[in-house]
Amino acid sequence: MDFTHTETRRMLADTIDRYLRDKYPLAARVEAGNSEQGFQPAQYEALAELGVIAALFPEDQGGFGGEGFDISVAFEEMGKKLVNEPVMENALIPGPILAAAGMDEAVENIIAGGARYALAAEEPQALYDLSHVETTAEKSGDGYSLSGKKTVVRAANGCDGYIVSARTSGGTNDTDGISLFLVAPDQVSARDYTTVDGGRASELTLEGAEGTLLGDEGGAWPALQAASDRAILALGSEALGIMQTIAAMTIEYLRTRKQFGVVIGKFQALQHRTAEMLIEIEQTRSAVINAANAMALGAEERARIMAATKYTIGKAGRRVAEESIQLHGGIGMTWEYDLGHFAKRLIMIDHEWGDQDFHLSRFVALGRAA
Amino acid sequence: MDLNFTQEELAFRDEVRAWMAEALPKELATKVRNEAPLSKDDMLQWQLILNDKGWLTYTWPTEFGGTGWGPVKQFIFEEEMAYACAPRILPFGLRMLGPVLMKFGSKEQQDYYLPRMCDGTHWWCQGYSEPGAGSDLASLKTAAVREGDHYIVNGQKTWTTLGQHADMIFCLVRTSNEGKRQEGISFLLIDMKTPGIEVRPIQTIDGGHEVNEVWFTDVKVPVENLVGEQDKGWTYAKYLLTHERTNIAGVGKSNQMLDRLKDLAATQKRNGKPLAEDPFFAARVAKVEIELMNMEVTNNRVLSQAEAGGAPGAESSMLKILGTEIAQEIDDLTRRALGSSALALTPEVDEPGYNGDFVTPEGFGHASESYFNHRKTTIYGGSNEIQKNIITKMIVGL
Ligand SMILES: Cc1cc2nc3c(=O)[nH]c(=O)nc-3n(C[C@H](O)[C@H](O)[C@H](O)COP(=O)(O)OP(=O)(O)OC[C@H]3O[C@@H](n4cnc5c(N)ncnc54)[C@H](O)[C@@H]3O)c2cc1C
Repeated sequence: MDFTHTETRRMLADTIDRYLRDKYPLAARVEAGNSEQGFQPAQYEALAELGVIAALFPEDQGGFGGEGFDISVAFEEMGKKLVNEPVMENALIPGPILAAAGMDEAVENIIAGGARYALAAEEPQALYDLSHVETTAEKSGDGYSLSGKKTVVRAANGCDGYIVSARTSGGTNDTDGISLFLVAPDQVSARDYTTVDGGRASELTLEGAEGTLLGDEGGAWPALQAASDRAILALGSEALGIMQTIAAMTIEYLRTRKQFGVVIGKFQALQHRTAEMLIEIEQTRSAVINAANAMALGAEERARIMAATKYTIGKAGRRVAEESIQLHGGIGMTWEYDLGHFAKRLIMIDHEWGDQDFHLSRFVALGRAA
Repeated sequence: MDLNFTQEELAFRDEVRAWMAEALPKELATKVRNEAPLSKDDMLQWQLILNDKGWLTYTWPTEFGGTGWGPVKQFIFEEEMAYACAPRILPFGLRMLGPVLMKFGSKEQQDYYLPRMCDGTHWWCQGYSEPGAGSDLASLKTAAVREGDHYIVNGQKTWTTLGQHADMIFCLVRTSNEGKRQEGISFLLIDMKTPGIEVRPIQTIDGGHEVNEVWFTDVKVPVENLVGEQDKGWTYAKYLLTHERTNIAGVGKSNQMLDRLKDLAATQKRNGKPLAEDPFFAARVAKVEIELMNMEVTNNRVLSQAEAGGAPGAESSMLKILGTEIAQEIDDLTRRALGSSALALTPEVDEPGYNGDFVTPEGFGHASESYFNHRKTTIYGGSNEIQKNIITKMIVGL
């Protein structure tokens, strides 16, 4: 057994860490997150230049990584500094789908940071279930014509294209019969808004939008599952990074804040709570390592591990976010103090790609099937 | 044993309910149900309606113009307000300062301030906490030095709830550094318009503005604004803490929030099936409902003791912990029931007749923000850790 990262990955972590330390102040991130843009395009490009996006893709697609641990290292570092540049949404998720469809140029541009795409898969009233597809796609001329609605598509504003899941056959919740299409932004009516954790998301409405089929008609489910696996790994790693920052802030506060003539870290009640928080974080780290490792496994084996990981992040994330605020007292409730922004993102990670209950029941179902 | 309210109490409840249905403006109830921020006017509007009815001072004795209701009736009234989604009555004047003035204030102070905190002339805020004095309130440093007919006040208060609207602030200030820390504290009433006072907003994590810093630089306060005796303020502040206890558990509010959550869980769907039928989610809702049922009885036990003249002990602290944790759990489940739409900051969905693209269910446009905002409830009013210290001190006695 060996739990150390390769030299290359440690260098990647170092590079990202150094850049973010010097050039990524939280205040600018928070301001951008609550602006109409939702992120900082110059930062996104800078991250691409550093090789952060290339690290997420294998060599044959123009990157230099693409394995589970590459993804994990990159997102953990970004999580530590609360990066909300849409690297996951606009590169890691859509990139491999486009690569599989042979769109090499688009992938190249993604890796260079010059193009952004977004996967629009969830529908209103699907509650995270991506097999719930009411959006329809009908053959029309050379392409397809899509109609339906997609919800909470993160970082969709300003994208070069949307990858939309739509039904070409089957009933609303069938996993068969779902296809993916590339749709140009001007084909879609999009309404965007700020998100609770500081960012941008959109509701997309398609009414006869022109779409180009990506991959096999009706056979997109495995690609959606793979996208979900990548997302869970990225979100888990990000959450792990966030938790480490939160733990460091909390410990520092317990060491310096004085009440009743002593630093509050002297109160055993708080010591134990901190210890429990640290245990949760180690459990999360293990879950994320498991998920990164699982990226190399077969889809079925991987699925159950991913469900376990997402459940763990959701559970531990809530604990760490809530406890850290509580241990800080009033100061933890303020916008001015960094902690709250980390805590909000950590909680909201549970609302992306299925929450802890969704994945717990998935874990049960997958276990039963095995 | 009889777990029920008496016939008279039930009749009283019906009377309150019927009146509330008529008197509470619908727009206000909707805002409260949706957890939308209330303006100063919103809060004052309801306060004045209650004042006209004579029910604003529902915790006050009759000699001060109160209703003279006992703990059970006060509780019933509070429950009905919660079910009706009435704005909460701000506690600072009516529940906190009022009783202190009745017990320790001069006749002049009572005659002057009590009516004015009812009729909207004086909006009061509470100036206890300081940056260095939170849980350890007795370490407060804001100093008042007597000079002739005035105290000169210097220092800083913080976390002052709704201080941005306030006309008056009641403060704990240090008037002596000798002896025990608790013995050099005085209770001062200060006009917020006095030169030298500066109110600076604190934005909370949900983006809202409900707390403030209040800075004092050479603020001149007439000596007649001292309550009771100099250096005895700690006693008065403690009296205030033991006084106000009927609504600490927030049973009615939690029941209302639970009903709202259940409605939501019935309409949110996955695979065409309501979330309420998802065994994982249903179990979570059931668990919190059971805790709430139990707490309601605990609360009634305390209430019935109080009605008989007993003073609650450690139970107050238990109810504070239970009440806040249950309410926070309901907030958590509400946020979760929203699925990915919990991410959306789209309060416009709550506007009547909203028919746009945003998908957060109507009435839940503020749910995520509320979840974060309500983290405060386990921190303020004596944090839940401090409450646990109190419980063990009272019962274990070590
Ligand atoms: C939204 C909001 C509104 C408020 N409104 C008002 C107001 O209107 N007026 C006013 O005067 N104050 C107000 N407060 C202040 C509130 O009363 C304080 O926040 C509270 O007393 C806690 O103090 P603190 O924030 O300094 O935390 P600290 O006291 O520094 O506590 C930090 C952590 O240490 C824990 N801790 C402290 N001492 C002990 C101990 N002995 N044993 C175990 N754990 C301990 C606490 O529980 C907490 O988890 C408000 C606070 C908030 C958040």
